[in-house]
Amino acid sequence: MSVEISPMILSVFVPLFGAIAAFVLPRAAALIGFATLVLTSGAVAWLARDVLAAGAVGLPLGGWGAPLGIDLRADGLSVAMLALTSVVGFLVSIAALDSLKGPEQARQRQYFWPLWLLLLTGMNGVYLSTDIFNLYVMIEVIALAAVGLTVLSGSRAALQAGLDYMYASIFGALLFLMGVGFVYLQLGRLDFAGLTGAAPTGALIAALALIFVGLALKTALFPLHFWLPAAHANATAPASALLSGLVVKAALYVVLRLAQYMPFPSENLLTLVGLMGAGAVIWGGVQALRAERLKLLVAWSTVAQIGLIFVAFARAGEVGLSESWKAAALLILAHGIAKAAMFLAAGRIKDEIGHDVIRDLDRTPIRPTLAQFTFALAAISLIGLPPSLGFIGKWSLMEGAMAAGYWHWVGVTMAGTLLSVAYFSRVFAGFLRFDRVRAPVGEHQGWALADAAPLTLALMAIGLGLLAAPVLSFIEIGYPFGVAP
Amino acid sequence: MTPDLIYGLTGVAVFGIGLVGALSAQDRLRRVLALKLCSVGAGFLLVVGAWREPPAAPDPVPHALVITGIVVMVSATAVALALIRRLQTLEATDER
Repeated sequence: MSVEISPMILSVFVPLFGAIAAFVLPRAAALIGFATLVLTSGAVAWLARDVLAAGAVGLPLGGWGAPLGIDLRADGLSVAMLALTSVVGFLVSIAALDSLKGPEQARQRQYFWPLWLLLLTGMNGVYLSTDIFNLYVMIEVIALAAVGLTVLSGSRAALQAGLDYMYASIFGALLFLMGVGFVYLQLGRLDFAGLTGAAPTGALIAALALIFVGLALKTALFPLHFWLPAAHANATAPASALLSGLVVKAALYVVLRLAQYMPFPSENLLTLVGLMGAGAVIWGGVQALRAERLKLLVAWSTVAQIGLIFVAFARAGEVGLSESWKAAALLILAHGIAKAAMFLAAGRIKDEIGHDVIRDLDRTPIRPTLAQFTFALAAISLIGLPPSLGFIGKWSLMEGAMAAGYWHWVGVTMAGTLLSVAYFSRVFAGFLRFDRVRAPVGEHQGWALADAAPLTLALMAIGLGLLAAPVLSFIEIGYPFGVAP
Repeated sequence: MTPDLIYGLTGVAVFGIGLVGALSAQDRLRRVLALKLCSVGAGFLLVVGAWREPPAAPDPVPHALVITGIVVMVSATAVALALIRRLQTLEATDER
């Protein structure tokens, strides 16, 4: 029997073995971590080449094949998510080298790498899965690693936030598992292909609703977002960047995937999803306006942006779903990159000036200018100013909503944009005001090599907007929506 | 009333008791236990769903799902308990 090495197998198992090795050999953890990341990114690039050349590729593990065995499958959307994870993960790891370098952070350094590599295993697994039970297992791998990263700093606030995250995660997992079980009892299949074209009976809709609520808890869709702000705001900066940039995207991706194979059973349910998203956009925006600390503001902006992605999903109703997913996918990519950059920049600002109280940002003579510039660039993409990737995502959201005549979604997007301008302006005002500083300005400009990684991410969030057309045509490879697989 | 209906309603009831407990509990440990109760209810429901009128054998796949669910739940509970213990230690040193 020959063993065929596939990039799909590598991109799941390399990080898994890396995580184990980094746990067993804590002294070499950073080295093992980077070696693992390089290998995994190589596997993703290899997979991207295959997908570009041949369209969607599949692999039955162990030669069993669905419905009995586990299949892996990669199309344009999967590879885009894998690439997002690799690129953002790599740059966040570089930033982590600097922000976890202190002697009092030895413990954090020791556990960061195994947890992060385990997280990578789970996320890559989610993006390559083709059956809902495999998705459940991978989502749980992500959840356990994510809670570990949340409490990495060991502070009381972080532990309390991590515990609340754990409660939400456990309950979400139970709902998801029940949904998976009920889908099986209805259809007798768990693989995506077996779900295609299933008649939307009441029982099946109930099962899917359970799955959706479970995922909404894990991705923190309003009104189930209660755990997110504290968890993301109290985690240490690289962990926040991973949690906000990447982890919530995994559950969002599952929603997109399931909608591909099992279209939403009714227009009303889709509108309800859009309304929850709209609630998140408004409520997240208002709370970000009221936040006193920089990282809390950024965390509330995540709640609002996740809402926006669900609005994009619902923008043109059930008929428009075959196009709407692209707007949602673009916003997922844009938010993943920009939010990671923003959390890293916020962490740098906090490191340099010693606090992150927004009101006192203009009272300090120390101006970490490059980190502030990075923060502003990331904000440009999150607000959606051209030519950033965030702009392209929002533009395609509104274009689709207008074409379908759904002006209420345009209104929600506009309101959300205005709110984001307002809350980010609170931060910019602190960056740009100098009249309240009592000490001479400019004694410390706070340029450091550590700003390189977040700045690269922020520049990518802006620059990818210019490459939106190739990105869009890439995620369409394998026709994730519209054409029956 | 068929046996699967009786067991099914019991599963729903156990899940409901757990849910109410998880939402209303103030104590951390109590909330973890309530979530465990939820998971027992959920597992119960899936096992009942796999039941077939004898002599037909029950469907083994939902059983496999429940076993995986139990394993996941054990690890999640362990993490939650570790967090609670650490929090209590921190709170005890803060008060002293």
